[in-house]
Amino acid sequence: MSGQTDTHPLISRKPRSYAWWNAVNAWLLLLPAAVLLVAFTHYPILATIRHSLFVARRNGTEVFVGADNYRAMAADPIFWKALINNFWFALGTIPTSIALALLMALWVNRNMRGRGFLRLAYFTPTVLPMIAVANIWLFFYTPDYGLLDQLRGLFGLSAWNWLGEPSTVMGCLIVMVIWKEAGFFMIFYLAALQQLSPDLEEAAAVEGASRWYTFRRITFPLLMPTTLFVAINAVINSFKLVDHLVIMTKGGPSNASTLLLYYIYEVAFTFQDSAYAATLTVVLLVILSTLALLKFGYLDRRIHYQ
Amino acid sequence: MKVFGRTMLAAAAVAISALAPRPAAAVDLTMYYPVAVGGPVTKIIDDMVARFEKENADIKVTAVYAGNYTDTMTKAMTAMKGGQPPQLSVLLSTDVFTLMDENAIVPMDGLVADKAWFKEFYPAFMANGQIDGKTWSIPFQRSTIVLYWNKDAFKEAGLDPEKAPATWDEMASMAAKLVKKDASGNVARWGIEIPSTGYAYWMLQALAIENGQKLMNEAGNEVYLTAPKTIAALDYWVDLSRKQSVMPKGSIDWATLRTDFLEGKTAMMWHTTGNLTAVKDGAKFNFGVAMLPAKERRGSPTGGGSFYIFKSATPEQQKAAVKFIQWMTAPERAAEWSIKTGYVAVSPSAYKTPDMEAYAKSFPPATVARDQLEFAVPELSVHENGRIYKFVGDAVQAAVTGTQSPQEALAGAQQQADRVLRAYK
Repeated sequence: MSGQTDTHPLISRKPRSYAWWNAVNAWLLLLPAAVLLVAFTHYPILATIRHSLFVARRNGTEVFVGADNYRAMAADPIFWKALINNFWFALGTIPTSIALALLMALWVNRNMRGRGFLRLAYFTPTVLPMIAVANIWLFFYTPDYGLLDQLRGLFGLSAWNWLGEPSTVMGCLIVMVIWKEAGFFMIFYLAALQQLSPDLEEAAAVEGASRWYTFRRITFPLLMPTTLFVAINAVINSFKLVDHLVIMTKGGPSNASTLLLYYIYEVAFTFQDSAYAATLTVVLLVILSTLALLKFGYLDRRIHYQ
Repeated sequence: MKVFGRTMLAAAAVAISALAPRPAAAVDLTMYYPVAVGGPVTKIIDDMVARFEKENADIKVTAVYAGNYTDTMTKAMTAMKGGQPPQLSVLLSTDVFTLMDENAIVPMDGLVADKAWFKEFYPAFMANGQIDGKTWSIPFQRSTIVLYWNKDAFKEAGLDPEKAPATWDEMASMAAKLVKKDASGNVARWGIEIPSTGYAYWMLQALAIENGQKLMNEAGNEVYLTAPKTIAALDYWVDLSRKQSVMPKGSIDWATLRTDFLEGKTAMMWHTTGNLTAVKDGAKFNFGVAMLPAKERRGSPTGGGSFYIFKSATPEQQKAAVKFIQWMTAPERAAEWSIKTGYVAVSPSAYKTPDMEAYAKSFPPATVARDQLEFAVPELSVHENGRIYKFVGDAVQAAVTGTQSPQEALAGAQQQADRVLRAYK
């Protein structure tokens, strides 16, 4: 009995001191990342939210205005236009570029001649800087002597002002972004496809499953984690990509191609209205964090990870 | 470590002094410069700066080309908020209210020895920069809008190639004759193009002036976008494409319009005189330049950029900046600049220099924009200029693309402008 009570404190003390040491160790290891996160992510977010509740006077002083900036935003037609544009832009680019990426990945995953060349060709648009891409496509879309209009001319069709008409400008930008993005997403699918065990496909073949059935019931479900990752990236990109607007349309004609981030840039730097820019940024933050929560809280649990 | 650091410092100092063999008291100036037209503008400026430095060994000027006017203003404001503004910059003459509101610039009055200098320039160009009895800017890259016409196309359409349209009605009827269609009925050449991106407010202002309507008040806190004559001006513009089909539908790009004209895609265009030399060098046909046509009167807003000196520069830098500006705007240089680009030389004496007189004789279009100064009105300039320009530009684009009627579009812009300008009353 007494021997047991003697050993007890020893046993229990040891883990406790280890636990303490482990905790310190863990915090020390996390510290650099935590400092960076706080300094460059969390603090700016809080500062932005705070800033959106103030108005900066020209002489540099700040006045607390509560929700005034938000009320002004709700009454700002350009903000709503940018938000709606962003919705269509996301809807136009995300599903198509993911489907195209998957298709291209399945295509170049097979054993065939010129595979490396084909992969490179699909990936090239991703390597180009957005500004260069925008300049190339600007030439395609230029009325009269642009590539597209020259092709139309061959069929006797009249010139069309692609980027100058509100009805076509968004479609033109969507097509360009799909062209740019699909190759990037293809790389992820390609990597995932090469991780899949060939046994499964062989087993399916032995059982007499059709290729479509195999894809639908085996390949695609196993690719779900990649699809989710790619989808999240695509959504973020649809809010993040605005470089091409600077070159191609400046958000015009009449805001038909303005996206939220581009409008934030305009308000912050061209109009030098940092308070209102902060207000718009909060909206962008809310949208993106809602999407992130959706991923971690809901979608992650419904996906099969190997 | 310490020794190593010191050695490095010494080495760096030696390197720097070796690179820049000039007196210790040298003054460094950074100048932001906007480019809004074709042609080798940066090369011309670099060359002028180099010659200035040669004559003034104690001043070093670094020219930074930051894009168009809006981009350059954005860069200057951002640099200022970041604590590193340039010492001087060419910015839109109309940015003066914004720059004053931001406390960014100093008036020239206290920096010059003799204020008689201000009287050497065309008053029309000084107008935008003189507020509350002080002179805030010195004109340099200044312009008016002119009408370029393709004489060969005029001849082909059976029009007198030496006669440009003098009235709105004439311009519309001539444009109709100039439209050329190909075999399949598509338009191969338009009659007229007025650009609606970039500086749409400028074009609208020209039309409004010609229709007898001012766009803003002198205090810079009111705009008159819903005045019947402003709406009628935009109606005329929109009708050219939507009703009379002499101008392409949709927005017309400022930057590619010169190419349209040079490629013969349009027989006439409205553009800044700053593009004159680039058009002259690129045109493979005979062309003419005329004042804008009249409705109630002739007229164009002045346009372009002026020199500003920043408040945060040291007194020595401000003095050096004035010296540089005086050198750049001296009659011979103003004449040289005008000949090389097409911009209006900023002082009457520049037109009396032998070079300019000879050039004007051999190439009469060179003085059209200057002659138009007689009818010119200061360019639209109000507080929160960037915002107001966007509202007006959006309205013009909404109207020319047919998204909204001119009246609706301008009413929307007026409402937004009123909201922003309320703070300055």
